[in-house]
Amino acid sequence: MSKGHTHVITPVSTLFIVFGTLFVLTILTVLAAKQDFGALNTPIALGIAVLKASLVVIYFMAVRYNTPLTKVVVLAGFFWLLIMFGLTMGDYLSRSLLGVPGR
Amino acid sequence: MANSHTSGEGVLPAGQMTGGAAPHVHEHHDPNLQHHFYDMDQQLEASTLGMWVFLVTEIMFFGGLFMAYILYRHWYPGDWAAASNHLNVWMGGGNTLVLICSSVTMAWAVRCAQLGKRKGLIVNLIVTILFGTTFLVVKYFEYAEKFEHHLVPGPHFDPALPQQQQLFFSLYFIMTGIHAAHMVVGIGIMLIILAMSWRGKFGPKYYGPVEVSGLYWHFVDIVWIFLFPLLYLLGAHFSAGGAAH
Repeated sequence: MSKGHTHVITPVSTLFIVFGTLFVLTILTVLAAKQDFGALNTPIALGIAVLKASLVVIYFMAVRYNTPLTKVVVLAGFFWLLIMFGLTMGDYLSRSLLGVPGR
Repeated sequence: MANSHTSGEGVLPAGQMTGGAAPHVHEHHDPNLQHHFYDMDQQLEASTLGMWVFLVTEIMFFGGLFMAYILYRHWYPGDWAAASNHLNVWMGGGNTLVLICSSVTMAWAVRCAQLGKRKGLIVNLIVTILFGTTFLVVKYFEYAEKFEHHLVPGPHFDPALPQQQQLFFSLYFIMTGIHAAHMVVGIGIMLIILAMSWRGKFGPKYYGPVEVSGLYWHFVDIVWIFLFPLLYLLGAHFSAGGAAH
């Protein structure tokens, strides 16, 4: 009955390497926030957060062992979020470009 | 083969009910296999995909709040950085570590279920629930502190602070409050999974509910991974000088 593929079980070592990395990244994000990098503070904080979230999705949620269909759904979900942010901010940021009333 | 249990149904005359004596071949079926799936693999894949589709709706749900956050922060950067400095970085950071701990025990619980280790599964689920509860207890003390300091939006908001800071605290309470509600639901789900594990329901062939509930738990962790830097650390580099922008 089985379609022949085996379900991969995440080793304990992988779980703890990811755990340690997440721990270090959390401390790193606090230390980085206390330094003044000017306009770069937010991109650094978001970069660390995206890295941490990716580790959770790929290893803890085991998306890397999932079917291609599930991977596409996961990526589409986050991509749609970026569409919402992009189009909304595109609207708000570009309103002042037009020097006309009722913009 | 996969569709053997449906053989014969197609040749029944229209309108005839199969009744209780349906000629289904069932003896080789896992009792946990629902009738609408061919096999356990398909059932697990379908439930994992279904959970992810739900989580995508959750991404969009929290996404709307993050959208509001981005816009208001863009409009009032100085007030938001100053308001952020009222939050307790130690409590927020500590809670981030607590959630990471709960995620690793959750992933470990799924591993134990896959390997058929009942004791390991039960212990990891209990530890996950305890970490989740710790998070909520810390959150309780944090919220209490905000009430004492008149930082809750409304008529009792500190009149010395600019109105724009109320916007920050409105979003702080809505985002962390909805996140905390998800934690409460997650703990409830884990208690059910714990009861099922106690009765020996899961094993190498059937662990879908553990895995799928784990996906929800990890998702709630991911939301906090973004909430912590965006809410708590926004003005951390201003705190020494005291003034923002």
